[in-house]
Amino acid sequence: MRATITTDPEDLRGYSSLDPDEGELLRRLRTGDEEAFACLVDRHHAAMVRLARGYVRSPAVAEEVAQDAWLGLLRGLDRFEGRSSLRTWLFRIVVKRAISAGLHERQHLPVDDSELGDDSGRFSQDGWWITPPVHWADEAVDRMVAPGVAARVRELVAELPPAQRQVVTLRDVEGLPSADVCSILGISEGNQRVLLHRARARIRRHLEQEAVW
Amino acid sequence: MTIRRTKPDPHDITCRQAVALMTDYLDGALGPDDRALVEAHLAECENCAEHLRQIRITVAVTGRIREQDLDPAAREDLMDLYRRWRRERPAR
Repeated sequence: MRATITTDPEDLRGYSSLDPDEGELLRRLRTGDEEAFACLVDRHHAAMVRLARGYVRSPAVAEEVAQDAWLGLLRGLDRFEGRSSLRTWLFRIVVKRAISAGLHERQHLPVDDSELGDDSGRFSQDGWWITPPVHWADEAVDRMVAPGVAARVRELVAELPPAQRQVVTLRDVEGLPSADVCSILGISEGNQRVLLHRARARIRRHLEQEAVW
Repeated sequence: MTIRRTKPDPHDITCRQAVALMTDYLDGALGPDDRALVEAHLAECENCAEHLRQIRITVAVTGRIREQDLDPAAREDLMDLYRRWRRERPAR
């Protein structure tokens, strides 16, 4: 069964229950506690800007979208019932703002055929490997922490088509569950997985080709 | 007549199909039959197993790219925004 997807990003319903600690922060926020706001900003702002970058090219505009979303949170604070996690709620506002401001460059899903099969040329017509993967997984585990690798992957994510970038940012960078990502982006589970699959395949292929390892 | 359920054979799906199903597999989105097919294939096909390991590593590495640093100026802007909201919000 598919999860219910709310169509209004500022709709205050959601799936996950509120983190008790966040509930406390929100209570303090309502009373005007500056520290509570600073704490939430430190926790979520960078991720909100990253998400906005999935829609806009300019870092400054992404920053504005995220700022605008914080204002949306404050204005909607009294209506927030905590039925979705605060992060999911904030992310939905970010997406809505990015889109409604007309800032998105390409909201629709990519249909470019060249993206469909990043790996397709590597199989025979029968479906077996022609060019099997170079085996590097075992050696790579130790090198995952190398700073150069993270820097390169950050660039690779930035270069992805927008829809892939949005999904991989939420799923693999922020670590959000599939249902939350679908709710935030307003896409189906199936679409989400297609986009995620393409994004991961592309990053994997670049890592291999560029011998980052 | 009883229907005998045969164990899936590694060749029931091709490498291309196994690779195409990998994200669904990792997400636990496959039905039990498809899952068994993928697992039987992975158990026998070292190349597809390697591909899966590489995807797992790709996911792990992508999870490490979060920049935690918040630009101090941006943080200060946000604090101003909060103070303004506090001042201007309707009295309750």
